[in-house]
Amino acid sequence: MQEFDSNKQFGTSWIGRNTPRVEDKRLLCGSGKFLDDIALPDTLEAAFLRSSVAHGIIRAIDVESARAVVGVHAILTFQDIRPLLTTDRIPQATPATGIRYDVDPPVLAHREVCYVGEPIAVVIADTRRIAEDAVAAIVLSIDPLPAVVDPVLGLEPASPPARLDCPDNLVAATRIDYGDVDQAFACAAHCIVEKFRISKGGGHSMETRGVLARYDAVDDRLTVWDSSQMPHRARAILVAALGLRENQVRVVAPDVGGGFGPKAVFHPEELAIPAAAMLLNRPVKWVEDRFESFTATVGERDQEWAMEAAFDADGRLLGIRARLRHDHGAATPYGIALPFNAATNLIGPYVLPAYRIAIELCLTNMTPAAPTRGAGRPQGTYVMERLLDRMADRIGLPRDEIRRRNLIPPERMPYAIPVKQRDGSTMTYDSGNYPESQRIALAAAAWAEFPPRQAAALREGRYIGLGLANYVEGTGRGPFESASISIGPSGNVMVTTGATAQGQGVKTMLAQIVADVLGLQPETIDVVAGDTSAIPLGLGAYASRQTVTAGNAAFAAARLVANKAKAAAAEMLEASAADLELRDGMVAIQGVPGLGKSLAEIARSLAGVPGFALPGGLTPGLAAATDYLAPSLCYTNGTHVVEVEVDPYTGGVTLQRYIVVHDCGRMINPMMVEGQVLGGVVHGIGATLLEWMRYDDQGQPLAVTYADYLLPTSDVVPRIEIFHMESPTPLNPLGVKGAAEGGTIGAPAAIVSAIEDALRPLGVQIRDIPLTPSIIRAATRSAMRERGLA
Amino acid sequence: MKAPPFRYHAPRSIPEAIELLNTLDNARVLGGGQSLMPMLNLRLAAPDHLIDLGNISELRGIVETDDAIAIGAMTTQRELEKSTVVHRACALLSQAVAHVGHQQTRNRGTIGGSLCHFDPSAELPVAVSALDATLTIAGPTGDRTLPFSEFPIGLMTTALGEDEILTRIEIAKRDAKTGAAFLEFSRRPADFAIVSVAVELALDEDDRVRHTAVAVGGLDYAPIRLRAAEDMLTGQHLSADLFESASKAADDLDCEGDALYPAEYRRDLCRVLLRRALQKATLVS
Repeated sequence: MQEFDSNKQFGTSWIGRNTPRVEDKRLLCGSGKFLDDIALPDTLEAAFLRSSVAHGIIRAIDVESARAVVGVHAILTFQDIRPLLTTDRIPQATPATGIRYDVDPPVLAHREVCYVGEPIAVVIADTRRIAEDAVAAIVLSIDPLPAVVDPVLGLEPASPPARLDCPDNLVAATRIDYGDVDQAFACAAHCIVEKFRISKGGGHSMETRGVLARYDAVDDRLTVWDSSQMPHRARAILVAALGLRENQVRVVAPDVGGGFGPKAVFHPEELAIPAAAMLLNRPVKWVEDRFESFTATVGERDQEWAMEAAFDADGRLLGIRARLRHDHGAATPYGIALPFNAATNLIGPYVLPAYRIAIELCLTNMTPAAPTRGAGRPQGTYVMERLLDRMADRIGLPRDEIRRRNLIPPERMPYAIPVKQRDGSTMTYDSGNYPESQRIALAAAAWAEFPPRQAAALREGRYIGLGLANYVEGTGRGPFESASISIGPSGNVMVTTGATAQGQGVKTMLAQIVADVLGLQPETIDVVAGDTSAIPLGLGAYASRQTVTAGNAAFAAARLVANKAKAAAAEMLEASAADLELRDGMVAIQGVPGLGKSLAEIARSLAGVPGFALPGGLTPGLAAATDYLAPSLCYTNGTHVVEVEVDPYTGGVTLQRYIVVHDCGRMINPMMVEGQVLGGVVHGIGATLLEWMRYDDQGQPLAVTYADYLLPTSDVVPRIEIFHMESPTPLNPLGVKGAAEGGTIGAPAAIVSAIEDALRPLGVQIRDIPLTPSIIRAATRSAMRERGLA
Repeated sequence: MKAPPFRYHAPRSIPEAIELLNTLDNARVLGGGQSLMPMLNLRLAAPDHLIDLGNISELRGIVETDDAIAIGAMTTQRELEKSTVVHRACALLSQAVAHVGHQQTRNRGTIGGSLCHFDPSAELPVAVSALDATLTIAGPTGDRTLPFSEFPIGLMTTALGEDEILTRIEIAKRDAKTGAAFLEFSRRPADFAIVSVAVELALDEDDRVRHTAVAVGGLDYAPIRLRAAEDMLTGQHLSADLFESASKAADDLDCEGDALYPAEYRRDLCRVLLRRALQKATLVS
């Protein structure tokens, strides 16, 4: 492990310290302001009429009796909102390689409905209860059409179309192709052929989505409070959709109770509610309920991976050829990054000389698919790790040894892979020591001592197993993030950023970096995030990016402010700037404590006094604004080792122990990194063993409450032990990489490896996830029968 | 989602509650609210009137007599769980109630509510079935009693009339030599059981089975008493082979499965849990 002394390179060592979160006092004392806490006078509440069928043609919507419900102000359909809009569809397509049809959804469905939960009309009433009463009174007539509910069947020529406005269901097709794949197979000593079906679920933030919109007719301005990860993007879409100017639309993300991906996607309600507020000239609020969250919020779903992997006689990978078919749902509100991430992350920390994968995205009659934590990477990692386990079994190698033989050695860093990322750069692992990560994890788990323990347990009739997985995680996606710092004449330090906060500790992270450079206490720094009126440009939360992008932007801005403060103080103190240091809110001469100027005094002098010159010919204001341009992704990596006990008679799995080695470069706040890793692992446990967004063959969702969609509770999550490595990336001045998704990425592969290991005496092999006890029991039962055990 | 509008009533006595039930149209009785309140919010139930039994003190509490314990229908699951009387005289019920939901839901949920809601995967009906409990039901013409075996009518449907209220559950006291085991399999510890098994075993002086009761939940709309297994066990000396054969009684059961937990899996679980429950009950007895 590399050790850092932050003092040597940075200011007063706030970077790298487990400081308490600056957010916590407000949140823990109940002073947080989440969307539903915002109470504007005269606010009306909304409820949506949603499609109850997966595919059909709307024949009639009769709203007469619904309109008669006391307390109803309006019932809006597409025709009512369309006059406000510039186009029929929400203009939100993102550029994507291989896309054949940009399927932007309409604000409300008006001819064809394409998934259960698609909004058709919105009722605006005095209260949500009344709005729901009125929704129930709307008479809707839909002629059903055949539904596409499977991405493999949906791509067959005989499949019915999922959308009548697209000629077929192949919404996008792309590929990765490098190296001589066919030659690899021609030379291979061993070949593994496998098929995996993987279903991953939704984001399931504690706080659901929600929108509150107010139109001010006097100012002709629209303010939208949106529980969003990307308020600047939401504003851009609103400006385009409503034909307004940027200065007429302000989008604010208030306190947000979790995002995990889906809140980065602009959903139809985010346009329908502002439009309703404009039409009614009253504030309108909509807070998503859980049923809506299950059916109308994007999430991940099914992928089928048909794999062939070629190995040499020693178990070294020669090449992989594959076909990935991906269920993309009924629209493309967020491009096609999800399966591409999955396919690239399959490569992982391993040397893969040749790789060809055809990626086909199928339109289906289910909720649009878009990234949730991990964003496809857990699936790719799962597939690669299963292939390695299979090969290890085939040639009698231990699972750790086959990985050791294939891991990229640290001396080959930076390691380029001939795959183009969507920013045009070549996929390049910037730093990290992958074999060391595995070594630390195995040592922590006492991997070598496990076989005798496993054998002893088996003699008692207990099936225990240990699983292993390595992964990488591309983080810090660009193109940029913004930050500005200004110190007012009062001495107040304000950091403003386009980054957004959903509970990660973004404000703490930025406050620590700025405090470090400016010699301040983090809790004295105000951080404003998530408000389009506070900063003109910004992107927000996705792809584990904000410490990399906003962190480095704030770091650069803080250094500019520090230099300016020194220049001004040098003039005021008649000293050389090189002799000055920032400490405790002062710019002082080094070694002469007390001889200096406070930042407030400097800010006052730079704020100007009528008729007097600014000190040192400096520009006005103690402030700086910077955009950090991300050159390319930086790659976090790690290793998971998990111990399980499987009851082969019930199919029950108990996680006994969970070890994570995690390397996200330099850590700003290790405690917050651990929070990210831990939460990520829990999401991964859910994706492997519990969560399953199932649909029937008519496209009806089968899990729309938390009684049927099972989230990991504290009593199924084991203690998670986290070990850090710090391989700083050379790609940014702070040396930081992202940390938000690695916990999820490694978990399914490690858990399934452990379950297979536990059931090794029965020879059970697992392909598809999520795993249910009945699936495991069916496998153990047939294995026991084959072996005459039951 | 928000509940549709309803009128809320809080009677203070059983006759007052019966009177309300008798006179109001489309009324539902509210016990601890752990099932009905979510159903209201999901708009799966839309009564015009809710009659809350929470203020009727005579429906609460556990009374011990010489040979029985009588449990008021509005006694909370948490009270049952903590009751030393139940623990001593009716260990099976103590074990079963610990599997019901979370402590927070047990603080509100009641035994009567659970029996009347009659979810096919609920734990308490299975235990009460094995315990051969007697139910007291109040109606406009007074009280009647009913053995629990006559209580189930269909899926989430019981013999309770529209104008009746379950008031009391009476269970014969068990002696210290009666072994009990309640086992279930669920995805997470607090979930409804996929399959649950309740077993009682009592031996005579010759160590032969004098009394046994076996009930299983999760296979059908109502708990099933496994009479074949009981017959096989009664009068026998305990042995692993006996348990193995008794647990095979599960193989012949009719079972409603679904895509996640097919019938074959449920029967399989039933057999495994039954074998384990018999072993566990033996250790106690």
